[in-house]
Amino acid sequence: MDSEGLHLNIDYVGSSGIILSPEQKAALQTSLVILKNSGKFHRVYFWGKILGVKDDYFIAQGVGRDEMENRKTFYSKDCVHWGLLPPATKAMREQSKLAQGRFTGDPSYEFEHTEQKKSEDGEEAGEEETITIKEEDRLSSVIAEIDEDVKIVPRSAFIKTPDGKINANRSFEGLSVSESAKLCSYMHFRDAICLQEKSLLQKANLDKAIDFMDTLEEDIPKGSWSLQFERGSGLVTLRSLLWLGYVFYHVPGTHMYGSCYVGNGEKNLDLPFML
Amino acid sequence: MTDVNMELNINPKEQQFISAKSYLLTASTDTGLNLYDHLSRVLTKVLDERPNNVVDIFEDVSKDSKRSKFTSDVDTVRDKLDQSTEVALAKVQEKLFAKEGGEDNEPEESEELETPLPNIMELCFFFEQAGIGLNREEMIRVWLALKNLVDTHALSHVRFWGKMFGTEQNYYIAEVEYRDGDEEEEEEEEPEEQQEEEATDKDGDEEGEEEQEEDDTPKPDFKPPPEIPKEENKTGTNKKTYFVCNDPGKPWTKLPAVTPAQIQSARLIKKFFTGRLDAPVVSYPPFPGNEINYLRAQIARISAGTHVSPMGFYQFEEDEEEEEETEGRNDCVINVDFEPVSLRDLCDGSLQHWVHHVQHILPQGRCVWVKVGQETPEEVDDEDEEEEREEPDEPEPEVGPPLLTPLSEDAEIGNLPPWTPKVSSKLIPQYAISVLQSNLWPGAHAFAAGKKFENVYIGYGHKYNMDNYNPPQTAPIQEEFPSGPEITEAEDPTVEEENALRNAQQEAAEAAEEMEEAEEEEDDEDN
Repeated sequence: MDSEGLHLNIDYVGSSGIILSPEQKAALQTSLVILKNSGKFHRVYFWGKILGVKDDYFIAQGVGRDEMENRKTFYSKDCVHWGLLPPATKAMREQSKLAQGRFTGDPSYEFEHTEQKKSEDGEEAGEEETITIKEEDRLSSVIAEIDEDVKIVPRSAFIKTPDGKINANRSFEGLSVSESAKLCSYMHFRDAICLQEKSLLQKANLDKAIDFMDTLEEDIPKGSWSLQFERGSGLVTLRSLLWLGYVFYHVPGTHMYGSCYVGNGEKNLDLPFML
Repeated sequence: MTDVNMELNINPKEQQFISAKSYLLTASTDTGLNLYDHLSRVLTKVLDERPNNVVDIFEDVSKDSKRSKFTSDVDTVRDKLDQSTEVALAKVQEKLFAKEGGEDNEPEESEELETPLPNIMELCFFFEQAGIGLNREEMIRVWLALKNLVDTHALSHVRFWGKMFGTEQNYYIAEVEYRDGDEEEEEEEEPEEQQEEEATDKDGDEEGEEEQEEDDTPKPDFKPPPEIPKEENKTGTNKKTYFVCNDPGKPWTKLPAVTPAQIQSARLIKKFFTGRLDAPVVSYPPFPGNEINYLRAQIARISAGTHVSPMGFYQFEEDEEEEEETEGRNDCVINVDFEPVSLRDLCDGSLQHWVHHVQHILPQGRCVWVKVGQETPEEVDDEDEEEEREEPDEPEPEVGPPLLTPLSEDAEIGNLPPWTPKVSSKLIPQYAISVLQSNLWPGAHAFAAGKKFENVYIGYGHKYNMDNYNPPQTAPIQEEFPSGPEITEAEDPTVEEENALRNAQQEAAEAAEEMEEAEEEEDDEDN
């Protein structure tokens, strides 16, 4: 969600139970402007909130001109002071999957994971390996994970220029109402994974400048998105059921769209049973 | 050529210009357009509108102007009705804003009447301080919808219970209590139940008929375990009545009373709501009922788990104390002399100053334990069955924590505290309110400020679990009929065996003949 006009944009996700208190809104409006200026960002997004047991993390992301690359993630506990999160490396993300339970709210807290090592004979040798995972690292990994799994944008909101840069499409005028009711009009904001696997015939109709990302239609399992119209058809809301708490909104016919995550930072692995 | 140009006094530069222009003016063989007109139109548009950084979007401007050639400005259908869903919903919600009756005398009268309608905007204000709840406009709509509910039903108490998200639509839930005298609405409900009972009776009859027709069909000797009777209206899990609607302004639907069986199986499953009350709940173990029943069961569970109030706000009725000491008291009333609990106490980590004011649901699915076996003697038909049933030991009554138990007694989830207390503002703590967030039911919140408190639930209606959901194992495969000699088929004898048997028979016959002959001989001898 763009930090400019945050106090207006946050109202679009209010019906999903995402509300900022007036104090938080006021604080964010001040501190995000400073963050944008000091970090020399092209834009700053209010990413959302990760609920901890004792305290919550507010997350913001600053981006350069190319919005897919050069992304930096910041966290704050009071909406005023922002700390830079370390970029999530592959090893970090593998490790943080082992951490169980809710976030505590203390970035220096360490989760412990004990693993019984099996010897080569296959019998338990009794050797235990303990891995400690810092909450700050886990936070960074979970944010990266959410971005990869569910961060979405409307189709043609971003274009790929011939030199490979990904820019916001200035002439994006929004999806029409009938378009916005289809999952194929929304795309994962990440490097395409399923696109390469498509056949030439399927690729023939794609516009290279626009269709350079995966659409939601191919998501597994089917039904992992809940698409609803609110205010009649005046506002379309997509809620991810894989990461409960991720909400995307778009006002059809306008260039207004955005998304936000407010949840406890745990993937809903029970999804196949719940549909 | 040159001669002509010489005649017209055109120098070579102008000549080049003319040939370029005539080239630009060449109409396309496909579309009939020419570049000259198109460029002039685009440039006029750019100069009129003057967008920033026009060079970046020049292609789009050009495309737009080409596209505009194909759309007609003239609307052939003048009085076209726009029946988009947006208009449809607005028309539904317009009724909410309609004032009832005349405008002159109404306000004075309504001021005198005491209305059960809560001041939702005030509560919304407090929740907003804590960053919980819904939009203000949405709350106003909910408020108006609740007002509708109060106007059409005889209610003594109304609350906005919360919002549940579904995959297709959402539920807004209102919690109500009927006025003591006016039980009409509850009577309305009973015929439905009777119908249901009739339906089940009919099924039973049909089965009976079938049995009469075909006496041969084996009867299963499985008897379903006796059904636990559901709690009466106004007690236990059915103490309050709930209404739901998909959008404020749409009609409210009353939820049926919850049965213990529904609560028990709701604990075992985890399903998303769809938003359609009549949708089937496809799950294992099978859920007895539709989504309307599942929703009601989850509401009962969430209410029992998360409805909390500051200590002292509710108290037990004094005269009942002696009578019901053994059973535990089931009802509490508002304490008139309630002294507000201080903020520091409310936000204390031990949570001693918050209490549950809704009864705990026992594993049986009821708030008050009931012994099942003997409660339903009518259902037992066969005398043999009765004898069998007396054999097992008397089940021990299940006991839960009594009403108004402090939250400090709540069980932990793994090593996670069940509640998180918070202060709404750290910058101005003098005017802050205390907020409680449930970790067991994510989405359930409570606030307390002075003499006011409220609970609300906004979420998907699922309990938090440290481990992932595991569906219960399927029942073991039924045992086959024990195989014995009476049902096993005898093997065919082999040729050797047949021959041996035949030989044996022949020998036996011969032997018998010999014997007979011998006997005859003997007889002859005797004679």
